[in-house]
Amino acid sequence: MSWFKRVEKGIITPTEGKKETPEGLWYKCPSCKTVTNTAEHRKNMYTCPSCNHHDRIDSAEYFEILFDDNKFEELDPNLTSADPLEFVDTQAYPSRIALTQRKTHLKDAVRSAHGKMNGVDLVVSCMDFKFIGGSMGSVVGEKIARAIDYARTHKIPFLMISKSGGARMMEAGFSLMQMAKTSAKLALLANAKIPYISLLTDPTTGGVTASYAMLGDFNISEPGALIGFAGPRVIKETIGKDLPKGFQSAEFVLEHGFLDFIVDRKQLKQQLTDLLTMLQPEGTAEMAAIETVAKSTKKVK
Amino acid sequence: MLLDFEQPIAALEGKLQEMKKLAEESQVDVSEAVKALEDKIKTLKKETYANLTRWQRVQLSRHPDRPYTLDYIQGMAEKFIELHGDRNVSDDKAMVGGFGELDGRTVMFIGQQKGRNTKQRQLRNFGMANPEGYRKALRLMRMAEKFGKPIVTLIDTPGAFPGLEAEERGQGEAIARNLKEMFSLTVPVICIVIGEGASGGALGIAIGDRVLMLENSWYSVISPENCSTILWRTWAYKEQAAEALKLTATDMLKHKLVDGIIKEPLGGAHTDPEKMIKTLKKKILETIDELEAIDPEERISQRIDKFSNMGVVNELAGGIENNYTII
Repeated sequence: MSWFKRVEKGIITPTEGKKETPEGLWYKCPSCKTVTNTAEHRKNMYTCPSCNHHDRIDSAEYFEILFDDNKFEELDPNLTSADPLEFVDTQAYPSRIALTQRKTHLKDAVRSAHGKMNGVDLVVSCMDFKFIGGSMGSVVGEKIARAIDYARTHKIPFLMISKSGGARMMEAGFSLMQMAKTSAKLALLANAKIPYISLLTDPTTGGVTASYAMLGDFNISEPGALIGFAGPRVIKETIGKDLPKGFQSAEFVLEHGFLDFIVDRKQLKQQLTDLLTMLQPEGTAEMAAIETVAKSTKKVK
Repeated sequence: MLLDFEQPIAALEGKLQEMKKLAEESQVDVSEAVKALEDKIKTLKKETYANLTRWQRVQLSRHPDRPYTLDYIQGMAEKFIELHGDRNVSDDKAMVGGFGELDGRTVMFIGQQKGRNTKQRQLRNFGMANPEGYRKALRLMRMAEKFGKPIVTLIDTPGAFPGLEAEERGQGEAIARNLKEMFSLTVPVICIVIGEGASGGALGIAIGDRVLMLENSWYSVISPENCSTILWRTWAYKEQAAEALKLTATDMLKHKLVDGIIKEPLGGAHTDPEKMIKTLKKKILETIDELEAIDPEERISQRIDKFSNMGVVNELAGGIENNYTII
């Protein structure tokens, strides 16, 4: 029965050649394989209705989830990468950037915005993983630094949504110093007693974990997110052993004391609002609560 | 041990020794030949070390005979009392620290420590600190602040340790906290890269009023080997990676990512450790004087401003003009 046997060993279809289900109709959960209607999945905030797998989403989706009526003012939208080191690996850095910009319609791996969340002012910086693995270079560092400065001068709470493979190698020393720069700005924000919430999403690793992502007054995460300093492969190679199940998951990091809580994406907006309202000076909290209640009753009607 | 580019020099030096010995035995005057050879060696040395590639500097920074943190501290300080432990989990042997005396002035020394033989290397975990190391460093820095003593950190690490327990105990958080806290230290902080300065593991003790590099040290976001592995999927391109990363002291100073370079003896720190230690001590004392003249609050704000200005971006003004700014 030779036609049942593989003629050539292994899978020979290249990754690009694999046939994917056309986008826009159905979403298949990578975790439990349940198929959902895309619109349904979106309404569910990109979580699986069956197993609650939280799909990776980008800044556009987070802004839509958090800001009232998806209304916000984008901060520093026109910063783009320079090439101070004239870095060339398998391709030149500027061409890599140009290509990624065309592919993703993003300028770099982070976007900042100011808007209202259930009526509460909020400054958000959110990383985009699809832009060179959400890597942190000068643009990411500078945009986050400016967003923190904006939050500090306007006395508005700051939310950082991290999603990154770490520092961007193509900016070498400059990337490394973005860790220092953002931490310096956060030190100033802390002095001004402005709340800083750090939401670590899947995945947050490397230099991002070792700087702003771990410096929140509140470090929070989503179910199942990968969070770590060194990547799992590197650790496996170092210790020469398989890693325990669930290692570096948000639940694992919570268990070891480095997160305040894990929040389901569907409750994210309300949970953040509640937390920030509690931190407001006496008096303002009641006002905001009344506003929220008024809004939700309107919706019920 | 000899590096490739050290071999021709060593060969000539061997010849010189031979010639001198021969001359002594045979009582023949060869002083002219000796002088000629000595000159030749000097020229060759100068030429070699003036034209080192970036990868060769990386090799020098890892030379097995290169002085390590404790060699410098013990060589410089008249007295040194090592202090241990993070008061939480354990004592990290890859990160050392304690009060020392430099010309009668008390200084807090902190630094990563490498080992010289297999046993020591294991004990010191190859200079790769665990979270306890960074927390111990922070504890000592806060103590220095409490007693108003300047802090000197010596950086020499291939990176923070990427281990299982390190993750459990929050390697990322430990480094992140140091970055933030070091910006608020009220005493002068001097950071010196003496060998390898790899990534967050180095930066975790490198937020200073002055960040200096020894001539043959390197400092970057990743080691050339790991960079090669990620970008080319093999270690083989480490030399290209070293070139691309621009990780030498000269590169880093040119890009204003460090504040200065400390010259090494010709041939590298390992060829004349005593001279190197003397140079370093002088530089540290000068820098402390310079920094102590500044008001603490002003010092902190200068420290914050310096790091805040690092980075190069393009900003499109009004969406048309391409405005190249060094911020």
